[in-house]
Amino acid sequence: MMALFVGFGLVVGILFGFFGMGGSFLVTPALLMLGYDASVAVGSGMAFVFGTAVIATLKHHDLGQVDYKLGVIMIVGTTIGIEVGRASVYYLEELGLAGGVISVAYVVLLGGIGLMVTREALKGDGGSGIDHEAADKDLSEYEIPEVAKKIQRTVRIPPMVTLRGDIRVSAWVITAVAFSTGLLSGFLGVGGGFIRMPAMIYAIGVPVPVAVGTDLFEIVFSGGIGSYLYGQGGGVDLAIVAPLLFGSALGARIGSAATAIVDSDGIKIYFGGMLLAGAVAVGIGEVGSYLGNQLLETLGLVLVIGAAVVVAGAIVYTTVASLRATRSQRAPAAD
Amino acid sequence: MAGLEVPTWDPQTALLIGAILVEAFVLYVGYGGLEKLLGPRLMAFLVGGESSAE
Repeated sequence: MMALFVGFGLVVGILFGFFGMGGSFLVTPALLMLGYDASVAVGSGMAFVFGTAVIATLKHHDLGQVDYKLGVIMIVGTTIGIEVGRASVYYLEELGLAGGVISVAYVVLLGGIGLMVTREALKGDGGSGIDHEAADKDLSEYEIPEVAKKIQRTVRIPPMVTLRGDIRVSAWVITAVAFSTGLLSGFLGVGGGFIRMPAMIYAIGVPVPVAVGTDLFEIVFSGGIGSYLYGQGGGVDLAIVAPLLFGSALGARIGSAATAIVDSDGIKIYFGGMLLAGAVAVGIGEVGSYLGNQLLETLGLVLVIGAAVVVAGAIVYTTVASLRATRSQRAPAAD
Repeated sequence: MAGLEVPTWDPQTALLIGAILVEAFVLYVGYGGLEKLLGPRLMAFLVGGESSAE
C-alpha cells in the first residue's frame, strides 16, 4: 500500500508541477475507491494537494515563474467568488436542481476548455510539440493570445498592474477573472486549477509557466486553509498524506523543471488532452451513478487515473527527448 | 478551496498541518540535494552527456 501511495504521488506530482493542477480530482476519488471515508478522502486529498503545492511553488519560485502580485489579487477575488458559487449551489439545492446542473456544467466546462486549449495549441507554430529553445526563452518572449491582447488594449481602467513578462493589465480584469473562476470553483466544488490556468493565460495574457507557478502559489493558501478545516474534523490522515507526499515531492520537481524545457504549445496539448479525458471520465461516471451501475462509475475513475499515468509518462518522455534534441543540436555547433 | 469560512484555533490541527508543511520543506531540500549530487550522472545516463534540467 505504501509503494502504491508513493507511485501514485509521483504521477500526481508530475502533473501538478507541470500543469499547476490535477491533484484533487485524482487523489480523492482514488482514496474513496480504496474504501476510505468521504471526509478522510477529501481531507487527506486536500492536505496532500497543499503539501505538493508548497513543493511545486518553491521550485517555480526558483525558476522565477511565480507572480506574487497577481497571486494575491487572485486569492482575494477567488475567495469572494467561491462564496457566491456556494450560495448558488444552496439556492439550486432548494429548487432541487443542484445535482443535475452541476454535473452537466462540470462535463461541459472540462470538455469545452479541453477542446479550446487543444485547438489553440495545435494551431500554434510550435504545435508539432517541442521547441528546443524553450529552456532559454525569456518570459517576455512568450506569445500572448489574441483574446488577451484585445482585453489588455480595450480595458484600461486604473489601477494598471505590471506582471511578470512585462504584461500591463487593469487590476479590475484580474479581479473579474479571479471572481469568475472562484464562482465556478465554488459552484462545482473543485479546486479550480483547470479553470484558473486557462483563464490566466487567455483572459489576462500571463505566460504559461507564470500561470502555472502563480496558480500553485494560490493553491498553497486555499489548500492550507481547506486542510486545516478538514483536519479539525479528523479528516486528515498523516499515514496517507506522508507517503503520497514522498512520491509527489520528486514528481513536482520533475514536472516543474519540465515546464522550462517543453514548449508552451506542448504544455497546452497535454493540458487539453487531460481535460478531455477528465470530461469523458466524469460523463461516464455520472451516467453510471444515474443508472446505478457500479461498473461504469469504476470505469470513469480508471479512465481518469489511466489518463494521468499516460500524460505523466508523456511529459517525462517529451522532456528527455527535448533535452536529447537540444544536446544533439549543440554538439555539431561545438565541433 | 476554502472560501470565507473562518477557521477557529486548534493547536492539534495546527501541529498536523505544520508537520505536512515541514515534510514538504524537508523533501524539497532533500530531493534538491539529491538532484545536485546525482543529477549530472542521471542526465548523462538519460541524455547522453552533461546537461541541466534547470
